[in-house]
Amino acid sequence: MTKFGEHWTSSFREMVVEAGAHAIRDAGIEGKDLEAIYGGCMASGRFIGQEHIGALLADQMGFNPLPSTRCEAACASGGVAFREGFISVASGMYDVVAVGGVEKMTDISTEDAALALGGAGDQEWELFNGATFPAIYALMARRHMIDYGTTEEQLAACAVKNHANALNNEFAQYHRKITIEDVMNSGYIAEPLKLLDCSPITDGAATVILCATEKAGEFSEKPVEIISSAQASDTLSLADRESLTSLKATRICADQVFKRAGITASQVDVAEVHDCFTIGEVMAIEDLGFFKKGEGGKASEDGETALNSKVSINTSGGLKACGHPVGATGVKQVVEACWQLRGEAKGRQVDEAEYALTHNVGGSGATAVVHLFKRGDRK
Amino acid sequence: MNQALPLIWRRNLERYQLKGCVCNSCGTAYFPLRKICPKCRSRGKLEQVIMPHGGKIVSYSCIHAAPSGFEVEAPYFVAIIELDNGARFLSQIVDSPNEKVKDGARVKLVFRKICEDGAEGAIAYGFKFKVV
Repeated sequence: MTKFGEHWTSSFREMVVEAGAHAIRDAGIEGKDLEAIYGGCMASGRFIGQEHIGALLADQMGFNPLPSTRCEAACASGGVAFREGFISVASGMYDVVAVGGVEKMTDISTEDAALALGGAGDQEWELFNGATFPAIYALMARRHMIDYGTTEEQLAACAVKNHANALNNEFAQYHRKITIEDVMNSGYIAEPLKLLDCSPITDGAATVILCATEKAGEFSEKPVEIISSAQASDTLSLADRESLTSLKATRICADQVFKRAGITASQVDVAEVHDCFTIGEVMAIEDLGFFKKGEGGKASEDGETALNSKVSINTSGGLKACGHPVGATGVKQVVEACWQLRGEAKGRQVDEAEYALTHNVGGSGATAVVHLFKRGDRK
Repeated sequence: MNQALPLIWRRNLERYQLKGCVCNSCGTAYFPLRKICPKCRSRGKLEQVIMPHGGKIVSYSCIHAAPSGFEVEAPYFVAIIELDNGARFLSQIVDSPNEKVKDGARVKLVFRKICEDGAEGAIAYGFKFKVV
């Protein structure tokens, strides 16, 4: 993957090539082994005026005439592209595929970027009426505070922990330690969410190589196994949901992946969850089953999600501190899971990591995609 | 927001009259309009009705960082409104003291300008709510 951040000197296509070449070298494959490409990208048309990203990926990487397909599911585009790549190998259609995710967000103004991101919600009935994307998550946060007594300090604890993790991730956008006071003193964006509760605008690309299990040994001594995959949809508008304090699509995915893999949430060592806003992390760790409903805020405040605690959440720094190039995020989560399970996460390594989970959300919860991974170099 | 006129105009029944629909099979009320009841699909038929003008606040947020077209209004409230027939949607809350915008507060419909698209673009009107 590329470093996440503001890439003033590199373009969309240069980031794609950098991340792709990195993944191919890392996987030990050669270009001729690849059979198909999947790419996650949310809004390149709004960000850089470019569509037809599937063709661009194949062209820039020198992989014509391989089939190359773009997947879009707002902020879950990367996760959905990964799942499509997984399904294509699992189906027996291909043995080796590449999955990339990319977004170039800083070439336009912050206002225009906010409008582009707003398209992840309901344009006609949320944005038109004056809502912003942070406001939609703020509505969930407010209800969570009313129903469960969650506090702004508890939300802030997620951002503080994620910034601490990012200090040890050379690919992260921010290498800056922050405190609860820093978060509490940052200005309101949409109450109760403040600037430091929000993930940033980021450029970046990430790529992984997927291979049929029986062939993985040919390429890698430390393969990582995908042990289950799930995706679910819910209403586009927040108001139409059964609950404002829980993402049903996440709950359905969690139920499916743990059943299919035959393990429980308590066996997961490390998880990358979708913290586009701090309340997103609190809801995720509840909905995924790591903590009881309503206790995610307190668990975060008590340090139960810190590195090498009960469950290590967002060791990469999460969307908050590693950065959130929307189409790339879901693939970056997989990259972090792989590094953790191969023991290559350097200063942020989770001890004896055996199982990892990735959780990617589109919009305010209209799409969720969850994957479970297992260390593949010992049986 | 740079909305072409037809994008605004084709929603006038919903935005000017609060016209929604009710499923004749399960009785669920929807706003805005839908073509199909997600619960009943082909088993139900949606009938268009004017929604009740009263409801309550289910959640709320005061927006400080406003999107383009709403800058002059900031800070302003948005809320999830639940109408008296159960339909839920997002709306601005206006003409209400800050301390009265809270969970469960009763609200009623008001008709207001929503946004304008520059000096020469269309002015969009529609519903907002106020605490009663």
